[in-house]
Amino acid sequence: MTDLTLAEQAVEQPQRSLWTDVWLQFRHHKGALAGSFIFAAIVLGVIFGPMLYTLDPQFIDTSARNVGPSLAHPMGTDNIGRDIFAQVLQGGRISLAVGITAMLLSLVLGTFVGVLAGYFRRLDGPLMRLTDLFLALPILPLLLVIIMLFRETLRAAFGPETGIFLLIVFIIGITSWMQTARIVRGDVLALKEREFVLAAQSIGTPGRRIITRHVLPNVLSPIMVSATLGVANAIITESALSFLGLGFPSDFPTWGRLLFDGANFMTLTPARVIWPGLAISLTVLSVNYIGDGLRDALDPRIRGR
Amino acid sequence: MLNFTLRRLLMAIPTLIVISFIIFALLDLAPNDPTGDLPLTIPPEVREQIRLSLGLGEPFHIRYLKWLQQFMVNEPLNLLEQWTGWSIGDSENRLRITSWATRSPVVDLIAQRLPQTLWVVGMSYVVGILIAIPIGVISAYKQYSWFDQFGTFFSMIGFSVPTFFTGLVLILVFSVNLGWLPMIYDTRLEVRDLGSFWAQVKQMIMPVTVLALFNAAQLSRFMRASMLDNLSQDYVRTARAKGMKERVVLLVHVLRNSLIPVVTVIALGIPTIFSGAIITEQIFRVNGLGQLLIIGIQGADIPLVQTLTFIFAILIVLFNLIADVAYGILDPRIRYD
Amino acid sequence: MRLRHILTTAAAGALIASAAHAERGEDGQLNIIYWQAPSTLNPYLSGGTKEVEAASLVIEPLARYDENGDMVPFLAAEIPTQENGGISEDLTSITWKLKPDLKWSDGTDVTAEDAVFTWEYCTHPEGGCAQASYFDGVKSVEAVDPQTIKITFDEPKPFPYTALVGSESPIIQKAQFQDCLGARAPECTEENFGPIGTGPFTVAEFKPNDVILFEASETYREPDKPAFASVLFKGGGDAASAARSVLETGEFDYAWNLQVEPEVLTAMEASGRGEVVSAFATSVERLHLNQTNPDPSLGDQRSTVEGGEHPFLTDRKVGQALSMAIDRTVLVETGYGAAGQPTCNVLPAPELYASTANDGCLVQDMEGAKALLEEAGWTDEDGDGVREKDGQRLSVLYQTSTNSVRQGAQALIKQWWNELGVEVELRNVDANVFFGGDPSSPDTFQKFYADIEMYTNNFAGVDPEAYMADWACDAIPGPSTQWQGTNIQRFCSEEYDALIRAMATEADIEKRGEIAKAQNDLLMQSYSIIPLVWRGNPSAISATLQGVRMNDWDSEMWNIADWTRAEPS
Repeated sequence: MTDLTLAEQAVEQPQRSLWTDVWLQFRHHKGALAGSFIFAAIVLGVIFGPMLYTLDPQFIDTSARNVGPSLAHPMGTDNIGRDIFAQVLQGGRISLAVGITAMLLSLVLGTFVGVLAGYFRRLDGPLMRLTDLFLALPILPLLLVIIMLFRETLRAAFGPETGIFLLIVFIIGITSWMQTARIVRGDVLALKEREFVLAAQSIGTPGRRIITRHVLPNVLSPIMVSATLGVANAIITESALSFLGLGFPSDFPTWGRLLFDGANFMTLTPARVIWPGLAISLTVLSVNYIGDGLRDALDPRIRGR
Repeated sequence: MLNFTLRRLLMAIPTLIVISFIIFALLDLAPNDPTGDLPLTIPPEVREQIRLSLGLGEPFHIRYLKWLQQFMVNEPLNLLEQWTGWSIGDSENRLRITSWATRSPVVDLIAQRLPQTLWVVGMSYVVGILIAIPIGVISAYKQYSWFDQFGTFFSMIGFSVPTFFTGLVLILVFSVNLGWLPMIYDTRLEVRDLGSFWAQVKQMIMPVTVLALFNAAQLSRFMRASMLDNLSQDYVRTARAKGMKERVVLLVHVLRNSLIPVVTVIALGIPTIFSGAIITEQIFRVNGLGQLLIIGIQGADIPLVQTLTFIFAILIVLFNLIADVAYGILDPRIRYD
Repeated sequence: MRLRHILTTAAAGALIASAAHAERGEDGQLNIIYWQAPSTLNPYLSGGTKEVEAASLVIEPLARYDENGDMVPFLAAEIPTQENGGISEDLTSITWKLKPDLKWSDGTDVTAEDAVFTWEYCTHPEGGCAQASYFDGVKSVEAVDPQTIKITFDEPKPFPYTALVGSESPIIQKAQFQDCLGARAPECTEENFGPIGTGPFTVAEFKPNDVILFEASETYREPDKPAFASVLFKGGGDAASAARSVLETGEFDYAWNLQVEPEVLTAMEASGRGEVVSAFATSVERLHLNQTNPDPSLGDQRSTVEGGEHPFLTDRKVGQALSMAIDRTVLVETGYGAAGQPTCNVLPAPELYASTANDGCLVQDMEGAKALLEEAGWTDEDGDGVREKDGQRLSVLYQTSTNSVRQGAQALIKQWWNELGVEVELRNVDANVFFGGDPSSPDTFQKFYADIEMYTNNFAGVDPEAYMADWACDAIPGPSTQWQGTNIQRFCSEEYDALIRAMATEADIEKRGEIAKAQNDLLMQSYSIIPLVWRGNPSAISATLQGVRMNDWDSEMWNIADWTRAEPS
């Protein structure tokens, strides 16, 4: 590097936003790039796949039950003769949508509660007791009550599919934010006493600004871990809900549900469990690597190295 | 610190009472019914009689207060009597919390289930922690090495594949094909000699593996992230610059600081040992507290579910407090007062 | 292998088994797995099948039903009839004689007082006895002498074999339970967990919802039985892995109620360690077509008689077309295998009561169904694939309980109905909510807030009188009765009610058969019930176990005293 280019950079630098920096760093993270690529492929696959592979996932061909992979059925069929590939494609739409939105909801809730509780001492007590309450609530009866109270209303307002979707995202979000909140709070408690926060406080920076500028970026890594685990958790929880009859109607396949229904057929038609299992694992892995990359890219100490 | 702990303990009592009320209201609202799993050949009038005999005819608040009295007064007195052999008051007619499905005292059921749950779920938790911490530490220290990549891959698979799946795979391989391990847990087994100890080990291997894999996957991710955060801190550079041995830097300074958020995760997880592992217990028929809870929920056995979840709530509040105290000890900068 | 199977499951098995051994307890331990674990051993406190069957190893009734639905005396010396004078001329009383020298497992004598006590125990108003319906119409139970029990009814009872007959109403020991009457019943934990009985086994250890250890009874009336010294009765888990533990790993000898997709069981059977055997009684998986209007806009009047008739399901032609479009053979193949048979009757057995008038439905007739709808004016005018008439679309909400076999059946039926031109929305509800009957829940099968619902029902014992009375007009559930009521599809016919009254007074067995058939046919031709599958009860039996006579009329364990370990081949 010559002095000239350095000087040029110095001139250019103010124009480069934080997000350009982040992107430049993110680009260097191989795992993150691969993760983004796979994730994009999965998302595009489930969005456009059903348009290209037009077999109806609910179409039953009773003459082709439990068949292995073939040209007509690339992943074989299930025990009543539905095409697995079509179901995996369609199931991905619901699973991904539920996984991502529920994760975001629980992340936002968890981070919000965690930061408030950690930063403002007066809120710590009440918010943490609320967290205790949610941790202690038995989830299954809670679900039964929520579904009993809201299913009909939501079905009437949004139709059976969207109504149940909202309900499930809400349920998963509302019952999985507590761990994030506890962890974020713990980190914030420690951060609050660190020199740069004390310094910011001493020059009169308002609390909101300290939180967004100094605290939040420093609690990103546990949040990113929670996010990755959250996606997997949401996808699996959804399958447990469907299994209990509290989820989507049985003619809306989801990955978790396909995996669950296929488990007994593991020795008969292994494709039934391998593909949905792989889809869930790949999604979780790619989200994890994206999370890793994002965390590194957002960390000013690592950035630029 | 002591002051803080005492204050929190005092705060815990009203919190727990509110929690117990909310749980009770929730269970009461839930639409399942204790006669729901009876055969349809039993006519509706008889079902109504059964409901009345369970005390469902009484209004909600009476039932709640009765339960509260039984839980807070009768059961502790009863335990005290059992331990000391004293007889306090009218112990013959003191009502205990009785499960609707089995018509037997809930506390006895819990005591019966506790051993296998502690053995299996507790053990898997310990194993999980023991695996996760080294994996997390090494993964972070050698970030993006093959070990890290493999560890990440493995733990993500471990977390994203549900236990009903891993459990079944293990059964198919080790019980059905190889015939090495029993697929059904014998809760009657008592460890008396080497032979029965070996039998106990054999029947624990699969459920413990399944659960430990799941626990370790989650914990190692948090451990790794926390280590990474600390490794890039200034104090690490300072310590190294002072010429401290790398081992000391890593294990004393970085590890101690990195454990702080992980302690939360671990402490939050300990009460879940008590709630058992519903799916794994079902698959291997460990029939511990998790199975007791799920049967209670499905059968709308309100006294059983209420008592179990409430004990669970107490543990949660308690372990959150322990986590907070542990923070204070691990990180002297944190001040609660 | 094949021959041995025939021998073990055929009725001849018992004979061979008893010839094969001569000593009590020589065959070691029998391992049984029930994937739903018994929560108590007192069948009067919990009516669940699992509790009733576990208890049947210990406590016994006067008579049981065998695998053909015929009565076999157990504690009774013989079955009372009008011919042998056991039943009074006016049909208002029945007199049972106990076998001589019966002993409880604690060594005391079994007397008629125990039977009287059992009646008092179950009919106590505060007891909440789950089997109270077996004592319906019983005015008194008296001990004429220590060996003779006389049961008197309020009015003539054409079929008097209800009280103290069958696995649901066994005789319990007075000495043990006399302090456990009424409200005290639940407090007797020790008694409920370890009843003293007359059966081949006694309770050695009971862990509720987990495991039971039974030991051979020293005082059992047949000195050389049972062949097994102990029975381990394990519970918990799921049906598929219970089957696996018998058929693939051989850890257990007998697994109960294996509602698993048939191909999974067939694959497990391939390892040759055991087989799945089904017994049939009266269980029928059926569709109920709501005859009242479930439209949510009706509010409280939803699915009630006051809310009015269903917009199209009261049209018999629609029901008939829906029935014709279903291929029952495929439903059996995909969901039940050997544990199911296609049926067109809601009352499939015993043979005497089974009608053959409706068997046309056994073959799917899609074209006929379409033609029927066309003819009735249901046509698809706007080309959206759904038929309509006078602005009313053929669109149904079809619900059932959550269970993978039922969801498979739902998917198949939906496809057939879609082809027929009917729009179908599926819903599945958690079984404990669906069957729970909580009046505050909208999802119970009694409330029926849907157009069509599917589940299985049956009746206990062999007499269909009470069961067929389920569809009386006054048994329609509604808000005024807290939605209690057995007439789920809200069917109402004066003609049908007349048949119910006729049945209640008819004593001649042949004529009872005719009335039951007429009732069945009337229901079937109303197309308010569409029967699908006559369901058997499948259990897995190890190849090393002999003497099992699968029975769905009584406890599956009804003849456990005759079970033996096969000689290793």
